[in-house]
Amino acid sequence: MSKTKTMPPEYYELLEQIQAVDFVIVELNLYLDTHPQDYDAIQQFNHHTQESKQMKKQFEKQFGPLMHFGRSYSNYPWNWDDQPWPWQV
Amino acid sequence: MHPTYTKYYYPYVSPLDPCQPITKKSYSTPPNLYMGFQPPNLPQFNTAKEALYRGTLWPALYDDYPNKDYRGDQK
Amino acid sequence: MWYYEKKLQYPVKVRECNPRLAKYLIEQYGGADGELSAALRYLNQRYTIPGKVIGLLNDIGTEEFAHLEMIATMIYKLTKDATPEMLEEAGLAPHYVNHDSALFYHNSAGNPWTAEYIQAKGDPIADIYEDIAAEEKARATYQWIINMSDDPELNDSLKFLREREIVHSQRFREAAEILKDDRDKKIIF
Repeated sequence: MSKTKTMPPEYYELLEQIQAVDFVIVELNLYLDTHPQDYDAIQQFNHHTQESKQMKKQFEKQFGPLMHFGRSYSNYPWNWDDQPWPWQV
Repeated sequence: MHPTYTKYYYPYVSPLDPCQPITKKSYSTPPNLYMGFQPPNLPQFNTAKEALYRGTLWPALYDDYPNKDYRGDQK
Repeated sequence: MWYYEKKLQYPVKVRECNPRLAKYLIEQYGGADGELSAALRYLNQRYTIPGKVIGLLNDIGTEEFAHLEMIATMIYKLTKDATPEMLEEAGLAPHYVNHDSALFYHNSAGNPWTAEYIQAKGDPIADIYEDIAAEEKARATYQWIINMSDDPELNDSLKFLREREIVHSQRFREAAEILKDDRDKKIIF
């Protein structure tokens, strides 16, 4: 066996929750690109954006940074480039 | 009236066709063809996960694509 | 600029080690109506289109890169541990002798990706109608791949991508309406 690590079930669960919220954000974003006056949709967009930020904070505490170039904080040692990458999990 | 998102046509069948003819052939006409400019406040799927797994936030834009055995094409 | 986020847009699962499906999926990687073409088409058109629809082209173009990564993930998983014999059986021997199991921007028939796949006419109506057509063609391509595949988990991801084409087409149709409209920005429902 190699020394590759297996991600625990919580990794997949939390990731799926983030994917779901971020998906709603993408949908609302594209909708708002053609409906810039829809106040309710903007409120919902901002609500989910906040929700997403909180979930990612939680995720990153357990599994390391989601983003590079200063969009996430690093642990010690540098763990941005830790495997697995999204296509590997 | 709610439009259907699958349509059918009946291709011409010649007695000289070498393969077993498809007598009824389906094609997709998904909801984006009918909606026009999306009206505000359309009902949304109940949870973010359901939206994710459907690929859209709005049931009115959702179109299932069943596997080929269930699409209504006929030999 | 862009930032990378270490997650897929949608969970990609593949049940079977079936390199033949990878051969079909490569159509959506480096084919005419594939995700690379889509991303580059929209992001390139955004420089020369009225401001009212730049944001939409920018954002759909960005989402297409997330779809490209999903397709890459499917191909990667389907071929990662396949032996040369398995690749040969799947019709991937010509790919293997040139690339091993590396991904390459070509279509299912092995033709390399070319900029001729994407148009940029500089005329807003011509470009948006091209984009609507591109989304419908990509939707159709997903349908034909789903018809060739009997992997239920892979088909689940492919149905997600097909649905995204429908939503993108919807938005581009709205963009066409915005470009046609006499009033500025405000659409009366």
